[in-house]
Amino acid sequence: MKEINANMAGTVLNVLVNKGEGVSPGQLVVVLESMKMEIPIESTVEGTVTDIKVGIGDFVNEGDTLVILT
Amino acid sequence: MRKILIANRGEIAGRIIRTCNEMGIESIAVYSDADSELPYVKQATKAFRIGEPPVMKSYLNVNKLLEIALKEKVDGIHPGYGFLSENSTFAKKVEESGIRFIGPSWQVIDAMGDKIQARKTMKNAGVPIVPGTVEPISDLEEACRVANEIGYPIMLKASSGGGGIGMVRCDDEPSLKKAFVSTQQRAKAYFGSDLMFIEKYIAGARHIEMQIFGDGQGNIVHLFERDCSIQRRNQKVIEESPSPFLNETIRNEMSEAAIKAARAVSYSNAGTVEFIVAEDGQFYFLEMNTRLQVEHPVTEMVTGLDLVRWQIEVASGKPLTLLQNEIAQKGHSMEFRLYAEDPATFLPSPGKLVTLHFPEMVGVRVDGGYEAGNQVSPFYDPMIAKIIVSDSNRKGCLLKAKAFFNDFQLTGIKCNSPLFEQILNDDDFQKGNYTTAFLTEKQLMKKS
Repeated sequence: MKEINANMAGTVLNVLVNKGEGVSPGQLVVVLESMKMEIPIESTVEGTVTDIKVGIGDFVNEGDTLVILT
Repeated sequence: MRKILIANRGEIAGRIIRTCNEMGIESIAVYSDADSELPYVKQATKAFRIGEPPVMKSYLNVNKLLEIALKEKVDGIHPGYGFLSENSTFAKKVEESGIRFIGPSWQVIDAMGDKIQARKTMKNAGVPIVPGTVEPISDLEEACRVANEIGYPIMLKASSGGGGIGMVRCDDEPSLKKAFVSTQQRAKAYFGSDLMFIEKYIAGARHIEMQIFGDGQGNIVHLFERDCSIQRRNQKVIEESPSPFLNETIRNEMSEAAIKAARAVSYSNAGTVEFIVAEDGQFYFLEMNTRLQVEHPVTEMVTGLDLVRWQIEVASGKPLTLLQNEIAQKGHSMEFRLYAEDPATFLPSPGKLVTLHFPEMVGVRVDGGYEAGNQVSPFYDPMIAKIIVSDSNRKGCLLKAKAFFNDFQLTGIKCNSPLFEQILNDDDFQKGNYTTAFLTEKQLMKKS
């Protein structure tokens, strides 16, 4: 199991993957907004999405899990 | 006016409270749950909670703001900058509630907020505008045709954009094709309109703006320029006045153009006419900001005036107290925007300010929004404070600024003060030799 975490505190602006979807390294999975700036969160690994821990509008802290992959 | 509500937060709320105190006016502050500990909440005569941290639930909640304003029987509402400051619907509602909106009329805000209409108005008034479209563009095919006519590189911009959002430089047709739809979608999401326009990209240019002031009684003056060319992501980082680039001839021409622009819309209250100035000294109208600017202190330091006081007086119906020939630009002033961000990547760095120490120096003004122990929240812009350094000349400013940042201390989060030290040591910056591409081209923090 691999996790994609938030690299800073912010609000979830968009989730770009669905459960069961395969992702590759460098693929954009979530967009956060922090201090009026969009922060793209990319996957660093290859895997399949098993769980999405956040929804649009959610507030996340640095280190919070966004997406879980296998 | 005896009582003013400030529909804003942080440093600008504190700045407005200071002038209210000096004028014997009561100040009413509002705060979201994220800001309850900030200094401005304690500095105001009274403060009211307006909601949860997200802006839609707090600082953009028009009904809640008006409810507090009416309950407190305020005479005026100062919108600060950002948030509702350029929202004509808000300005109109404030006036319709029998409260003075401290800013221009809602009609002028509306007219200048539409960047395409603003370009048309200025062109008709004889103010030079950046070569480009005068009609809105709504699809890619038309955008490509127009861009080919103008010639690349071009700037693709949202008609309702602002604050550096909704604009992108395109160097050729493939990059325009790539950027068009996403920029349009962002404009729709942020500003509610997907109308776009195209301007010629002017290489090696500076961003220089003129401060103007009108009283709605026929008097309009300018308060000289601010050079705002040091930018990252199309957002300002350092501003100074006078501009090291302008000579007397160009300064006079730009002042005249700014006054002409203000007269074209019968401007009242504080406003800024932004120009892009090419290498050859040709200048073009970019847009008009219908509010107090973040960088207004630079103008206050070289003119010796209090712009917030002027705003309140004009909104109370008083005429301007000075004639153009009574306003002088003396000495030099430079503003540094201290941001909570990585100084090399410019990525946000929200979190707790563990220590925060501003050295006290003669000629250095700190307009701050936070103190040690405060959280810099991810919900709002990253500005921690503005450091305004003034001296009789530019060289004196540079030396003073260096001494300031040498003793400055901030821990807990990242901030851009190391970048300021690099800029101050840069040979070109010291000579005043810089354009809007300065930070992108120099890559100062990445070298060291």
